[in-house]
Amino acid sequence: MSFFAFIGAIEQGFVYGIMVLGVYLTFRVLDFPDLTVDGSLPLGAAVSAVAITHGVNPFLSLFLAMAAGFLAGAITGLLNTKLRILHLLASILTMIALYSINIRIMDGPNVSLLGANTVLDAGMRLGLAPYLAAPVCFAVMAGLVMVLLIWFLHTELGLTLLATGDNHQMIVAQGVNTHKVVIFGVGLSNALVAFAGALIAQNQGAADVNMGVGTIVAGLASVIVGETVFGAGSVARAVVAAVLGSILYRMVIALALGLKIGDFAFSPSDLNLITAALVVCAMAAPALKKRLAR
Amino acid sequence: MIELAEVTKYFHRGSVNQVLALDKVSLSVSDGDFITVIGSNGAGKSTLLASIAGSFLPDSGTITLDGEDITAWPEHRRAAHLGRVFQDPLLGTCASLSIEQNLALALRRGQPRGLSRGVTDDDRAFFGHEVHKIGLGLEERLADRIGLLSGGQRQALTLLMATLVRPKVLLLDEHTAALDPKTANAILLLTEHLVTEQNLTTLMVTHNMNQALKLGNRLIMLHQGAIILDVAGEEKRRLKVNDLLAQFYAVKGEEFSSDKMLLT
Repeated sequence: MSFFAFIGAIEQGFVYGIMVLGVYLTFRVLDFPDLTVDGSLPLGAAVSAVAITHGVNPFLSLFLAMAAGFLAGAITGLLNTKLRILHLLASILTMIALYSINIRIMDGPNVSLLGANTVLDAGMRLGLAPYLAAPVCFAVMAGLVMVLLIWFLHTELGLTLLATGDNHQMIVAQGVNTHKVVIFGVGLSNALVAFAGALIAQNQGAADVNMGVGTIVAGLASVIVGETVFGAGSVARAVVAAVLGSILYRMVIALALGLKIGDFAFSPSDLNLITAALVVCAMAAPALKKRLAR
Repeated sequence: MIELAEVTKYFHRGSVNQVLALDKVSLSVSDGDFITVIGSNGAGKSTLLASIAGSFLPDSGTITLDGEDITAWPEHRRAAHLGRVFQDPLLGTCASLSIEQNLALALRRGQPRGLSRGVTDDDRAFFGHEVHKIGLGLEERLADRIGLLSGGQRQALTLLMATLVRPKVLLLDEHTAALDPKTANAILLLTEHLVTEQNLTTLMVTHNMNQALKLGNRLIMLHQGAIILDVAGEEKRRLKVNDLLAQFYAVKGEEFSSDKMLLT
């Protein structure tokens, strides 16, 4: 792997790591498999890109993207709790609806940000080399989100989120309205995903309606690889493992894409196959380890 | 205190499996009553408790708590006034959270939860003191995950959590039935201790007639969703297992000999 491919994987690992933290929040904390993310990632990108092209400060556009993502997640939560639609189905419905909404927001399938001011320009103004601006910026932001998330999951509200995903009957008996918790939790998760989407759009210079395809798979792969390799003994450890898992996942993909065996080389279209194989390996690893130890 | 007026509940209403789980049940629970609830399988004991807890909306009838109509209140809203322990010892606690986190969730029962620390140092000191009372040595292990504990230990903690904030009514749904006899006895002693100490109004469902006779100041027997026996005070103290069996024979006849209740 070349140095630039390595730096690229780190950069992608951190920025998608913020999305992975959102997936961790639904998939692991709330026990709510949420496919909304495939729509809320481009939603965040679209809102941020359109805001920037309308002269909004790029940092402020991140908050707008998060608000939009929160709303999308909250709708999935509402469909699930108030209308009793199965969580997976509720999230798929929001996801496909977001496809249309994202095109409406962008007034087309994509918006270019070439030449526009982005949050990465702030990093470069601090004197960072252009190729380091993105990885450093994203590392700082992912670090900030990790710290906030770990703090949050130790607050009264955070504990109710953890308890809701763990034992529904118990937390209801403690007087908690689990509908509100699910709506808020899935909302928060998608706010993080939209935040990542906004950063990705600003980094690659465009928002595209199809940029969210496969987000949930990448998110799950990162969470599972992370907890298999780095452990998930405590909440803090699981949060850090999720982001490290994201970096590891991007590394493996970069390695696979750079691999050449004779005439054979992977093409970007093989990415899905590699991801699926990676998740299977990560999920099978604990059982295999146990069997080998006996 | 708590009042049920002609509460009726059908399960699977309108289908071939329709069951009348509660048949116009009226029950007036006074402050400080410790009521044991017996009856054979399917008599409606657990459904009676669930109707008070708000697990479902009754088909008809009203439930009032301290004069306030709570019939339409959702389960989580009623929980502010109720302490609950379930038959399944794993149902009352969160396995992935620590002992102190579980207790902290119980300490804020019925209160809004915000962004302050989930478990404060004050909480820890208080929990240490409270957990010491149940005598299992768990006060040294407050930061341990509850999933590491045995069913009996978890049930003891559930009982403590249900009474950590004084509930208006404590609902115990066969809370010793899934435990081994020795542990069940320990939990029963703890129950008696906590109820007496705080003078709690309690409803305890049990399969065990000796338990039902030994504990509490009042006993009710359910059969096919209706209360067929309601004795209190001196009359209850004089009651013997044979009297209860006779009562059962009277309503059920031969059917009774095959019932699980005879075994206990």
